[in-house]
Amino acid sequence: MNHWIILPLLLPLAAGILNLLLVKSGPGPQRLVSLVAVAGLLPVAMLLLHLADSGTTSVYQLGNWPSPFGIALVVDRLSALLLLLTAVMSWPVLLYATGGDDRRGHNFHVLFPLQVFGINGAFLAGDLFNLFVFFEILLIASYSLAVHGGGPERIRAGLHYVVLNLLGSSLFLVAIGTLYAVTGTLSMADLAVKIATAAPEQATLLRISALLLLVVFALKAAILPLHLWLPALYSSITAPVAALFAIMTKVGVYAILRTFTLIFPLNVDAVASDVAGWLPPLALLTLVAGTLGVLGSRRLTSLVAYLVVVSVGTLLAGIGLFTVAGITATLYYLPHTTLITAGMFLLADLIARQRGAVADWFSPGPPMAPRVLPLLGVLFFVGAVASAGMPPLSGFIGKLLLLQAVPPEEGIWLLIWLWTIVLLGGLAALIALSRAGSLLFWTTEGDMIATERQRLHPRLIAPVILLLAMSVVMTILAAPICRYAEATAGQLLTPGNYIDAVLPKEKKP
Amino acid sequence: MEILASLVIAVLFSCGIYLVLRARTFQVALGLSLLSYGVNLFLFFTGRLITGAPPLAPGTAATADPLPQALVLTAIVIGFGMTAFVVALALRARGELGNDHVDGQGARR
Repeated sequence: MNHWIILPLLLPLAAGILNLLLVKSGPGPQRLVSLVAVAGLLPVAMLLLHLADSGTTSVYQLGNWPSPFGIALVVDRLSALLLLLTAVMSWPVLLYATGGDDRRGHNFHVLFPLQVFGINGAFLAGDLFNLFVFFEILLIASYSLAVHGGGPERIRAGLHYVVLNLLGSSLFLVAIGTLYAVTGTLSMADLAVKIATAAPEQATLLRISALLLLVVFALKAAILPLHLWLPALYSSITAPVAALFAIMTKVGVYAILRTFTLIFPLNVDAVASDVAGWLPPLALLTLVAGTLGVLGSRRLTSLVAYLVVVSVGTLLAGIGLFTVAGITATLYYLPHTTLITAGMFLLADLIARQRGAVADWFSPGPPMAPRVLPLLGVLFFVGAVASAGMPPLSGFIGKLLLLQAVPPEEGIWLLIWLWTIVLLGGLAALIALSRAGSLLFWTTEGDMIATERQRLHPRLIAPVILLLAMSVVMTILAAPICRYAEATAGQLLTPGNYIDAVLPKEKKP
Repeated sequence: MEILASLVIAVLFSCGIYLVLRARTFQVALGLSLLSYGVNLFLFFTGRLITGAPPLAPGTAATADPLPQALVLTAIVIGFGMTAFVVALALRARGELGNDHVDGQGARR
């Protein structure tokens, strides 16, 4: 058994607990503990990625109980990729938070590692009930982080977010209960085996639970019509928290991808194959709703929040095709959009700090300090090019992969709709971002404010540069990343390997 | 017995949904706890309604499935924590927004 697999859980959990003990010691030691722990995730995630890249699915049986009775953590290519993404994204975000945002409320350095713990756990969980438990861990940390800093706007958006997610959790439990009542197991691999051989009279109940799971994960991923909580929440919360939340919708996307390739494989004729009909229209409608939001935004954070909705639509469109090419596009686009969105949230905060009371609203404000203006301008340009999906950065490659992935035999209408909506969405994002850039940087009014804002602290600017530079890195490394994404998609669409790895040999049918 | 059990869950769920759709945070919090009671009962009953059977028995004797009880215990603990959080947040919202309306806007006249 490979003990590295549990380290992405133990590191952040230990850091969170240690920081709870260090509450009295001031911010210094707490910052150090979280920064070291989250940085430690990076080599572990790289090691696991290297391990998974050989094509083996590694299983960690907690307490050494045999599957499907014990709790299993499973690392395949998809989990390893998302663990690496979490590690790469959360460290710069944490560094940004140590620039002062972590002291705007209590216990930031307890909650941040615990949220990372929940996210990593959700990517590793090998059974549905533990997926639920890790969802709850990341949610309860996110509830407290969402209201970090306080203020009426945050409390109101936070309250809506909490109530919606509690409803989602209830539905998740109903789905889990139904699945357990029908199949008598919750291990994903065992469920896949049992559902493939289920009796026809159980099909209705299985279909109900598949659709319930889709609703629950769609709420997490913010898919139309369950996306309305996202822009309000993301535009009102503290910048580093919003940046960390950029990966929260991807947990929902991951859960959809895992559930509907492993438990209810949609590419084969099965009980839940009608879900396959739902995904492409939902994805396209989410894209349209997000694009309209991007065009209608009146402040930068809300524009970036709608870009998250657009990205979820794009990701889901790739999944909805259920081909190796479609999922490859999704898996290339997913890290790109998470990193860029996180960077853009942080950048929006830096821009808002320069503009005093006007903050990031699209109205004339005081000019930015001449020493920081060029750097912020260049970063905004890079971020805008990447998020609108213009060449030469990674957003363009991701969208290109998606557009090429539509199989011509699937019918001309899907092709027309997808191409039109994705391309018009890109154009709309470009228009909205150019307008935002010119309003924020060029339309000024009044005098420059406070002198201490004339310099940017390296702890604030370095994370933004790091996150946005990842787009350039992903462009240069496009070939190896695509190769990995393609191998991942192939692995997902042949769930036999996963099932064989998790279940002991004699359990197989 | 099955009819009674499903009716109880149905009543809990409908009351919960009604209350969650109300406009004030206290009612929403109550609705969420009713929903979680309904869910917990549902989870508990997924092990089938069996009375007087041991959890483990040799051979093919009737057993009461112990797993839903473990699941429901976890769900109860999580649900309790979440409800406590929602109540605390609702109180904070009452303080910050000046009223207990879920949108923080109070009654419109």
